[in-house]
Amino acid sequence: MIRLQTESLDVGGLLNLFCQGRADIGGVVSFTGLARHEDGRVTGLELEAYPGFTETWIADLILRANHRFSLLDTLVIHRTGLIAQGEAIVFVACAARHRRQAFEGADFLMDHLKSQAPFWKKQHGPGGEHWIEPRSIDYQDLDRWKTSPSDATD
Amino acid sequence: MAKVLLFGPLRDLAGWRERNFDGVADLAGLMARLDPELALAVNGPGVQVAVDKAIVRGDASLGPRSEVAFLPPMSGG
Repeated sequence: MIRLQTESLDVGGLLNLFCQGRADIGGVVSFTGLARHEDGRVTGLELEAYPGFTETWIADLILRANHRFSLLDTLVIHRTGLIAQGEAIVFVACAARHRRQAFEGADFLMDHLKSQAPFWKKQHGPGGEHWIEPRSIDYQDLDRWKTSPSDATD
Repeated sequence: MAKVLLFGPLRDLAGWRERNFDGVADLAGLMARLDPELALAVNGPGVQVAVDKAIVRGDASLGPRSEVAFLPPMSGG
């Protein structure tokens, strides 16, 4: 399931709901991304998505993750709009029969979301505001998932 | 009439997020109607174009209700 929302994320509630009534899975791994203050240089973030297009891109990513790691269920909830420092930006949860698949699935999803997902992110702070792009480490993280030439666009 | 959407820094540059353009039959015709500074920016490195939410490369014909989005390099989430 995918949802983009401007409202705050209830991370505990989302995780509880995701795990509820599941006897078919052996483990759930979740990740919550928070807006850092960067030693006072950032007061908040502004995240813009392209409604319809961004969800489709994430849905395709989820299909790839589900297939690659045999995930039984996947949840991606992403904030858009203004996000204050310390607030959750993204929540990802992966359910699988075995823990390793769930760990790797969440890792794969986050590396792709962080570097390639159709979002535009503006950093707000005392020094003004500016649009930011993925860091080189984000691309290095992404490279970990390339296993063949056909994965070059991962 | 084509609906044009701008995202990220392109929106800041143009000063608008959404605008309708009458009488444009294709992307090339639309480009010719953009302000020169914006036209330069949308042809810049890494900017992708989507028509009706599908990425296109090169020119594309536009229908009366086409939605054209100019997508600058993405930040990730």
